[in-house]
Amino acid sequence: MALTADDVASLARLARIELTEAELEVLAPQLDVILESVARVSEVAAQDIPPTSHALPLTNVFREDVLRPCLPREQILAGAPAAEQMRFRVPRILGEEA
Amino acid sequence: MSPQQAAAAEIIRLTAVDLATKIKSRELSAVEATQAHLDRIADVDGEIHAFLYVDGERALASAGRVDAKIAAGEIVGPLAGVPLALKDILTYTGAPTTCGSKILEGWLPPYNATVTRRLLDHDIVILGKTNLDEFAMGSSTENSAYGPTRNPWDSDRIPGGSGGGSAAAVAAFEAPLAIGTDTGGSIRQPAAVTGTVGVKPTYGGSSRYGLVALASSLDQPGPCARTVLDAALLHQVIAGHDPCDSTSIDQPVPDVVGAARSADVAGMKVGVVSELGGEGYAPGVEQRFNQAVELLASLGAEIIEVSCPHFVYALPAYYLILPAECSSNLAKFDGMRFGLRVGDDGVASAEEVMAATREAGFGAEVKRRIIIGTYALSSGYYEAYYGQAQKVRTLISRDFDQAFSNVEVLVSPSTPITAFKIGEKVDDPLAMYMNDLCTIPSNLAGNASASFPVGLAPEDGLPVGLQVMAPPLADDRLYRVGAALEAALQSAWGGSLLDRLPELAGR
Repeated sequence: MALTADDVASLARLARIELTEAELEVLAPQLDVILESVARVSEVAAQDIPPTSHALPLTNVFREDVLRPCLPREQILAGAPAAEQMRFRVPRILGEEA
Repeated sequence: MSPQQAAAAEIIRLTAVDLATKIKSRELSAVEATQAHLDRIADVDGEIHAFLYVDGERALASAGRVDAKIAAGEIVGPLAGVPLALKDILTYTGAPTTCGSKILEGWLPPYNATVTRRLLDHDIVILGKTNLDEFAMGSSTENSAYGPTRNPWDSDRIPGGSGGGSAAAVAAFEAPLAIGTDTGGSIRQPAAVTGTVGVKPTYGGSSRYGLVALASSLDQPGPCARTVLDAALLHQVIAGHDPCDSTSIDQPVPDVVGAARSADVAGMKVGVVSELGGEGYAPGVEQRFNQAVELLASLGAEIIEVSCPHFVYALPAYYLILPAECSSNLAKFDGMRFGLRVGDDGVASAEEVMAATREAGFGAEVKRRIIIGTYALSSGYYEAYYGQAQKVRTLISRDFDQAFSNVEVLVSPSTPITAFKIGEKVDDPLAMYMNDLCTIPSNLAGNASASFPVGLAPEDGLPVGLQVMAPPLADDRLYRVGAALEAALQSAWGGSLLDRLPELAGR
């Protein structure tokens, strides 16, 4: 399959990690070896077997729809990298063209 | 050694049960017990580096409250006043939760994990937070952003991972009890390579609320201790239904303490998994494992060879399922609501800041797994990778079901090899992943599993662990087998394995 540094760069963009050129060079062959090894799963699971996403066969765990106190806003914002007017302050979210 | 030092040396070697008994009878105060362990940490943790954070003042204050309760005749928990080390991936207010990552450096959580709350409700004294591989990704603690933990048996070697800090703290007598979390073996593998006891409860047996998620369908908190009964008592404290975790099982906790006290395997059907042994397993690991199985037979257990043909596919399935889940779980570390933010210069967009923050805040292994997960979940590859891995998960559960229709527990070595040298495998991720070969099947199927010390490998003098696997919600069987082995081995050895721990250098 041979994963290239370019492939890794586009995966990293999807994962929002700004990898350096040096990291891409190291990661591509490492990931290639790992992916080749894990591809073995297709050897056995080709038959019609239901997938398991979870060890417990639980569905729809409900609770009563009642209001419960939530954590104080100050306490949540205390851990934020930047806060303003009792809200999270974030960098611009729209592109230049917007 | 002054008489005071001699007394402290004696305190740190006590089991949690003995400590609790002495504290309850006021033969020893919780403050003295806590101080002895804080002194031990000050002495040896420079060498071991099991802890990322210790708050002695707070620990002594909680110990003081326990002493006051006991003096006032109040009813306290079975482990009241016993010091404990908490893996730094569970939240504890007033102490930073870093998960071994730079991205959460100094972050103070706004609430307690359910496990933490139960420890505090039971009057257990939390000493501090233990080191781990970043976000619990690793088998050696070398992936911690704050430097590796060292194995108390040989400080050039790894203590296992991801919960190497918790296992090393217990092995080095820095704490009699610790909490670990097990996603692919992170409680059991460190227990095996440090000569301690580690138990992964049935998935859903203990709450994940306040446990920073690695892979939500696999993560499970559990006890680390030096003895089987100590682990059982801690298991009893932390386990049980929690409405805050929707995957928590709403059923009574199995009688793990009773099982640890019974230590009875007479007539028990014990299956040896034929796929977990042979090539790639160190001779000393196989030798000690086989001797322990013979010992179980001599105690009246019926030993049956069992085949679990799909276990060989557990490792590849795990290294697709885990990265897939972790790549989505770790998406929340985006530099917006908590932790690190990098490159917010007023010009850069939120997306650019996210990418710069994640590049600066995550270590190499975390990046590797996020990228693999992103790949496995991307359209075009989803069916071939993640979809197939989920089918393998079904096949592994069926292997377990089949096996447990014939035997009560399964056993195998906990790890293929003993503790390796720090640095030996850091550049070979695949070789590192092999450490979890035996432990992963139980995470995929969700059943209960534990590692118990069964001796030292003759070739290197390092601890070997035996893994016991039991059906879901039959956690008590782990403790019956573990306690039977412990009693028989200790009587043969004339003491515990950790009696042979080499003297640590000290400050």
